[in-house]
Amino acid sequence: MVSARSVSVTPSSVTYSDFPWIITHREDRCTLCGHCTAICPQNAIYLAHRRQRIPNLDVFGKKRQNEYRNFTGIRQKTTMENRCIGCGMCEMVCPNEAISPLLNTNENRSVFFHNRQGEPYKRGGRRNAPGPSLLDRIMFDRISMLSDPALDAGRHEFNITTSLGRVLPPEEFLEKTLNGGWIPPTREIFPFVIGSMSFGALSPNMWLGLLQGVAYCNEVLGIPVVMCTGEGGCPPWVLKSPYLKYIILQIASGYFGWDEIIRAIPEMQCDPAAIEIKYGQGAKPGDGGLLMWYKVSKLIARLRGVPEGVDLPSPPVHQTLYSIEESVMKMMQTLSTAFGHKVPVYPKISASTSAKSVLNNLVRNPFAAGMTIDGIDGGTGAAYDVSMNATGHPIASNIRECYLELAKQGMQNEIPLFAAGGIGKNGNVAQNGMALIMLGASGVHIGKYIMQAAAGCLGNEKNRCNVCNLGICPKGITSQNPKLYRRLDPDLVAQRVVDVFMSIRTETKKIMAPLGRSQSLPVGMSDAIGINDKDAAEQLQIKYVC
Amino acid sequence: MCRLALKTANEPFSPYSVLTAMEAMKEGYDGSGLGLLLRGLEFEDFKYNPRFPILSGIAHSKAAEYRLDDYMDSHGYELKYDHRFSMQKGLINLPDGYRYFLRAYRMPEPFKEKSLEERETELVRARVALRRIGEEHNDDLSVFSFYPDVAMIKEVGWPLQIGDALRLHDGQIKSRVCMAQGRQNTNYGINLYACHPFFIQGIATMTNGENTAFVPIRDWLLGRKKPGYIGYQSDSEVFAHILHYTLKELKLPLQAYKHIITPLSNRELEDHPQGDFLRGLRNTCKRLIIDGPNAVIGTLPDETCLLAMDQKKLRPATVGGRPGKWAIASEMCGVDALVPDRDPSLDYQPMREHTVIIPPDRKELTIWSQLDPYPLHQAA
Repeated sequence: MVSARSVSVTPSSVTYSDFPWIITHREDRCTLCGHCTAICPQNAIYLAHRRQRIPNLDVFGKKRQNEYRNFTGIRQKTTMENRCIGCGMCEMVCPNEAISPLLNTNENRSVFFHNRQGEPYKRGGRRNAPGPSLLDRIMFDRISMLSDPALDAGRHEFNITTSLGRVLPPEEFLEKTLNGGWIPPTREIFPFVIGSMSFGALSPNMWLGLLQGVAYCNEVLGIPVVMCTGEGGCPPWVLKSPYLKYIILQIASGYFGWDEIIRAIPEMQCDPAAIEIKYGQGAKPGDGGLLMWYKVSKLIARLRGVPEGVDLPSPPVHQTLYSIEESVMKMMQTLSTAFGHKVPVYPKISASTSAKSVLNNLVRNPFAAGMTIDGIDGGTGAAYDVSMNATGHPIASNIRECYLELAKQGMQNEIPLFAAGGIGKNGNVAQNGMALIMLGASGVHIGKYIMQAAAGCLGNEKNRCNVCNLGICPKGITSQNPKLYRRLDPDLVAQRVVDVFMSIRTETKKIMAPLGRSQSLPVGMSDAIGINDKDAAEQLQIKYVC
Repeated sequence: MCRLALKTANEPFSPYSVLTAMEAMKEGYDGSGLGLLLRGLEFEDFKYNPRFPILSGIAHSKAAEYRLDDYMDSHGYELKYDHRFSMQKGLINLPDGYRYFLRAYRMPEPFKEKSLEERETELVRARVALRRIGEEHNDDLSVFSFYPDVAMIKEVGWPLQIGDALRLHDGQIKSRVCMAQGRQNTNYGINLYACHPFFIQGIATMTNGENTAFVPIRDWLLGRKKPGYIGYQSDSEVFAHILHYTLKELKLPLQAYKHIITPLSNRELEDHPQGDFLRGLRNTCKRLIIDGPNAVIGTLPDETCLLAMDQKKLRPATVGGRPGKWAIASEMCGVDALVPDRDPSLDYQPMREHTVIIPPDRKELTIWSQLDPYPLHQAA
């Protein structure tokens, strides 16, 4: 036995089988081309020269008793900094199927060592909660039968748009039409909105691809998709372009990018789709935005008006001299005024048990054009793991109770509620979105689904990849490093965006047609859904089915 | 799918003639209910003054009838006429004390000088109060309508059988307008209140087909907190309430009804002379968009009759007749049976954008298209 003192073992020593992902490498297939080691964003693997002793059992021979073989192979590093994140890029580039990361199903001891030097684990992605979500389990069960056949999703005409913006009660609308008065602006948009992902969190190529795809959806296909910028402004050429009308500009507590936006107002060719004021984010409620220094490139620094290469944490709340209620009111009024009261302004909050009281505040504010609620399964480019995994409120019951509160007040057509957070988490984007719409949302925001479906984001809920915060995104989606983002072809992203929205449109029809709905989005059509969970059914006030 | 028949004529006629016409369409209903609405009334044994509101309904027991009397007396309504159907026994099984009533009342003294609006509001209030009294006592009192010159009968069973049981053929009651529905129960429970036509403050509609957008529309109407916006035992009741909301609450012209329940598409609104206004109307009344398949047949206090289709025109309905006598039915054979002496080549089947109006003078049909200019000054 070797003395323990002769090998280096410290309290935080880990070996490759302690990591969540273990590299398997087949030497018989490896051609030593080096692609895998070159592409690995973590530098988790390295080429090693090894020597193997082969004992020679010919005891009577005169030669030495052992023979030696020299070989070269791929090995996994065992330092935390270089742990394998399971992104699988090595496998993707290997010409000979010689390498792949495998999920360690035994145990993952490395979780105990994420906090070296006192800094807790930070990552991108969203809550690591694999398996079917509650939304996945909702069924559309009120099928038009008996005397009324279902509609034909392929042949009938469907109206799949929703209103973004404050809608006046009919009496007030008519009174204001007749006597003159401000009728708040509204937009007819596709109910699936590309959720707020900032220029900064996303690479320029990703952003460009999204915008191209959105423009194509609007101008060629007639699907009125809009996308939200997230905090961090908008490239000046977009602000002054006719594409601005497809963009929801977000303002958040760091106000990043708003110098550029305000300066561009006189030169804008059209109004933006809306202004979103971020008060909270589902993935990290009570925490401000965070752009880590790795991603603050020259371009981003210029856009945000900050020095290069510094961390950009936004404060958790908007800095104000007023109470938060007053601040919300004043901000909405100010932004509405800045755009001549022609652009809907609405807040986005994290799903929370206090969502209903925020809503009741908005109801009394004539400038509030809607409310987006972002649930615990929402994604982010960078946050503390503990915020992402454990802080927040699921979206379904939150949106439902807000809708029922509006219905109680007879105002469910006046303040549109948008739901976000985990829609399409397991790929069922249209089903998840329509379930939320039938629970009372006027539309949904999708972020991570778009990254996964349109750009091939590798992240999942088993903590695969999730390094968006470090700027080393192996697909070039969330990196500001040109070497990385050049991997992402904006045209191909645009094409995938179009694929995604065309298929959401078709699936939405396939959901609406059997319910006999085609003329208007079935917002609040809670009689059409059921779930095989009694407690959830009771909480959501929908049918229990089994 | 339910079968619907409406007949309107200058000369009052017996509702039984409409029931016999329903026979022509009997493949379509299942005996789960009959609803009848009569307007422009004539009673054989009473000279009816059309100012007197008529209370229609059923007392399921003597006790319920006493409670009804108590309520009406205590609120100052004076009974002018109490129509008794000379029932034919044995056709339908009725418990002891079960009684259909059609009673004409004089309004309480304080309402004599009040405006029409205030009188109408009181009538809705009284009807709802009586309905509540019934609900509090195990549904032993059903009240269908309380309004001048309108009578309603609803019962579970086959139309002709009910007509025979009430001896509607005896000429005791006649009317200038008669709406009838033979119900085919679809997804909701069998309930007297679920029989069409539905009535609120002088406005009545009946519908075939299913209203798939029922729940969101119902929830929104309930949120208006208006006294008459209750019930909703049938998904079709909302059609009457939307018409009421359009005309009485929003005070919009009848043309607006179709624009509210089946608004034009963006493309159509772009070319419409009042597109901006109609787009705003669509937005503000979004929760009232129906989602067919339905044909909506309605009548108004001035005896105007109307027919409108769902957006996809997925339900049949035909209007036909001649000056002075018109019929609307869900089936062509129904129109044949209601007005045989007409030129069937002039029958009209409205398309998705049409509202067909039979005006009170019954001279000729008016057909509005949603694509026509909208008549309201608000839209200018």
